[in-house]
Amino acid sequence: MSSISVSTTVNGDPVDFVCTPDESLLDALRNRMGLTGAKEGCGTGDCGACSVLLNGRLVCSCLVLAAEAEGAEIATVEGMAGPEGLHPLQRAFIDHAALQCGVCTPGILVAAKALLEKNPDPSDEEVRYWLAGNLCRCTGYDKIVRAVQAAAAEMRSA
Amino acid sequence: MVKVLLWGSLRAHTDGQAEIEVQARTFKEVLDRLAEAHPGLRPQIERGVSMAIDGRVYREAWFTPIRPDSEVVVMPYMQGG
Amino acid sequence: MAFDSHEKRQFKQVGTRPPRPDGVDKVTGRAQYGADVTAPGMLTARILRSPHAHARIVSIDTSEAEAMAGVKGVVTGRDFALPEDAGLADIAVNVMARDKALYDGHAVAAVAAVSPAIAKAALKAIKVQYEVLPHVTDVDAAMQPGAPVVLEGRALESVPAGMSVNVTHASEFGHGDLAAGFAKADRIVERSFKTAATHQGYIEPHACLASVTVDGKADLWCCTQGQFMVRTVCAALMGMEASQLRVTASEIGGGFGGKTTVFIEPVALVLARKTGRPVKITMTRDEVFRATGPTVSTSIDVKIGMTKDGRITAGEARLRYSGGAFPCGTVDMGAMAAFAAYDLEAVRTQGWNVLTNRPKEAAYRAPGAPQAIYAVESVVDELCQILKLDPLDVRIRNAAKKGTKSSYGPVFDDIGLLATLEAAKAHPHYKAPLKPGQARGVSCGFWFNFGGNTCVSLNVNTDGTVGVTEGNPDIGGSRASISLMAAEELGIPYDKVRTIVADTASLGYNDVTDGSRVTFSVGLATIAAARDAKVKMCARAAKIWGIDDEAVEWKDGAAWPAGPNAGQFPPMSLAEIAAVSFQTGGPIAGHHEVNADGAGVSFGVHLCDLEVDPETGKTTILRYSVFQDAGKAVHPDYVEGQMQGGAVQGIGWALNEEYIYGRDGRLQNPGFLDYRVPVASDLPMIEAVILEIPNPGHPYGVRGVGETPIVPPLAAISNGVSRAVGVRMQELPLSPPRVLKAIKAA
Repeated sequence: MSSISVSTTVNGDPVDFVCTPDESLLDALRNRMGLTGAKEGCGTGDCGACSVLLNGRLVCSCLVLAAEAEGAEIATVEGMAGPEGLHPLQRAFIDHAALQCGVCTPGILVAAKALLEKNPDPSDEEVRYWLAGNLCRCTGYDKIVRAVQAAAAEMRSA
Repeated sequence: MVKVLLWGSLRAHTDGQAEIEVQARTFKEVLDRLAEAHPGLRPQIERGVSMAIDGRVYREAWFTPIRPDSEVVVMPYMQGG
Repeated sequence: MAFDSHEKRQFKQVGTRPPRPDGVDKVTGRAQYGADVTAPGMLTARILRSPHAHARIVSIDTSEAEAMAGVKGVVTGRDFALPEDAGLADIAVNVMARDKALYDGHAVAAVAAVSPAIAKAALKAIKVQYEVLPHVTDVDAAMQPGAPVVLEGRALESVPAGMSVNVTHASEFGHGDLAAGFAKADRIVERSFKTAATHQGYIEPHACLASVTVDGKADLWCCTQGQFMVRTVCAALMGMEASQLRVTASEIGGGFGGKTTVFIEPVALVLARKTGRPVKITMTRDEVFRATGPTVSTSIDVKIGMTKDGRITAGEARLRYSGGAFPCGTVDMGAMAAFAAYDLEAVRTQGWNVLTNRPKEAAYRAPGAPQAIYAVESVVDELCQILKLDPLDVRIRNAAKKGTKSSYGPVFDDIGLLATLEAAKAHPHYKAPLKPGQARGVSCGFWFNFGGNTCVSLNVNTDGTVGVTEGNPDIGGSRASISLMAAEELGIPYDKVRTIVADTASLGYNDVTDGSRVTFSVGLATIAAARDAKVKMCARAAKIWGIDDEAVEWKDGAAWPAGPNAGQFPPMSLAEIAAVSFQTGGPIAGHHEVNADGAGVSFGVHLCDLEVDPETGKTTILRYSVFQDAGKAVHPDYVEGQMQGGAVQGIGWALNEEYIYGRDGRLQNPGFLDYRVPVASDLPMIEAVILEIPNPGHPYGVRGVGETPIVPPLAAISNGVSRAVGVRMQELPLSPPRVLKAIKAA
């Protein structure tokens, strides 16, 4: 198989990489770009651990071909914290103990950020349905919902 | 002498006795005396057992002291998740 | 170590909720899990798995695969040593099949290649000739005479003659006169139950990276609940000395018991030795479901007698568990745990383990207990319904307490069951009115909790900070709890302590992170190591002051002169003593090594309000509360987290999760789409009510909390559903089709 050259933007930075035609965006992020924050929990789009934003849209990067990133803007968990510090969601997840093993956390943070960009004041039910594609096996989701709500409240008052 | 309570399935090797009296002052001595008196228990003892001594469960702690009036219960070796 | 009852302790830090030390790494994507590392020159390996539930392996031809460009090594069962120890030998055969494939997904060969694509292509070039054998996946079917034989000659001496060859274990527990007990009952209920095998469902698939040098030194990076266990098992399978194999535990993306054994680690090591290159293996989710985990599948009969005022007169259970294709002792723990919550004059449980063509069971949170207690708590609930008794009152009336002879033998010390039941009864949840169509389920839960082998080193740095080195992978925030206990004991702020999990070359042996043991055992060893360091720091202060060591005491983070002849000196803080440690005798460190006991058993009570859609059979959980004795909650956030997370795993087990086998013996749902774990929108908030009744076996009164919470949900939900639909449900999971069928049959 011949390789494909891809030019894209990841967390605001220009990135060029080559990939095989059947390579997933997740594999390219992890293996070509060294961005291992997105995790492969299933490889079939069922667990959400690989969630990233592709041109502002929340996707499972295991279901996107790397070649589709050509000319796109990708946002991953590695881009959430800025020079000014952690994103309010990241702080809230630590403060509210919303992670245990933490392997689903990058995907959930990316998904929750996408939610709050669309809906800054979601109900608990809206948070639960939005995150229904992100499996967490440790927490029972209780503290995750509380952390998202705490971050939303903080972001609204900022 | 210490009274040692065995779990049910071990009784096949002790002529049906559930409670065995042995001369022992430690965890290890209990197992050694049991295996000597009832060789049929030896395979299970070698695979490993737990022992509750006065309500506290020990695994492999040979020198845990046992008083003559201690309550001693032999149990399967236990593992968690 | 005994509880520090001599001092009425006012904790300064234990019981607070500071941020966890690994938090920032985990919210920024920086934390390194099993699959997140690479090595120069690394190969990728893939594993070929049996498509048959049971088959003789006639031959394996790897020549074509080996000849492919980019393929660097192929291994089969012949490449692994077969240890003498039966338990290790079973692990070896499970890691790579020898003469027979024992279940759908059993590994038969592996390939290491320069890319994942080449490794995958090479698997297709391996020719395995199978002779397909009859298979059995159902526990009851496997116990029948004439059932397909999974393995021969594996019955322990406890198994009576005349049982199916597949029966490997038999056990019996109990005391008292059953017949007399049942004769005293006003009502006897006898029921049979089945529970499906479920998977631990950790989100991180197994992953490892192995490297072996030509002079036989090996390094292994992997996600595991116990790096020392990995070293022991892999060294045996490799024929290596333990000192030559260093195992480093990565951050672990969930385990719940499923990572207390090995699957791919020996394969990566053998391939690394064979190829001379580092080898990485990452399982797919399909492989995780087909070849790791799951729990036992079970079939259980329970008979209980009760007087009309709610006294249980006798209880009996027969438990048939299958731990898959290898002998498995989990049924012993089910048979011991079944009636643990009750103070009974007459009780007997019998258990059998049966071989089936399913993957080898791996521990899952309180292994063996949820199934047994589900069956018992279902019958207790039915008796409460029949006799029109309050289910919590009946449990309070019959509750095991200090001095109760437990159903498995020993007499209980201080236990928190009654307090937990009373807390549930007094809680607003239990008094809240139910709407028509809604029902409330109740269940008790129990787990033994363990201590075990533990080492801790505590280093006092010259700038007044402290490093704690422990050896148990942190799954749910334990580094925060360990740091809290070290800070408490030393009297320094939490943020002056950093706790890390060491590799196998850096610390003595530690048992795996299991049995709810870490906060208890590692905490105990940390407190003891801190006390060791304090004695040493007091001695340094004594030297500086020119007084006897005994005339110095440690208080509020500093050494103080104590006693009438000690003299007048200003106290020296930890930082002040540490700053001059090079001048006063060298670096200061505390250590503790112990096989900890005194973990103390754990009880919990769950309340569940639910409703069932009569059109679809779908159950909706409306309200859920967990009551549990934590001894002392060191970091309450993570205690609540265990209670909530365990409860939700139990909810999944009760409602949806199951291994489904086809007639061909193949697993039909090896993915998260068809094996449905709870998602956020399935659930309400989970209220966690922590009770703190000090454990007499720990200096701070800590009791393990991690496993008990998965036990009660099975019966709490089944009891609620049974009450809601008016039919006693007897099989898990309570998936909508099964509940709908029960509604229609009623």
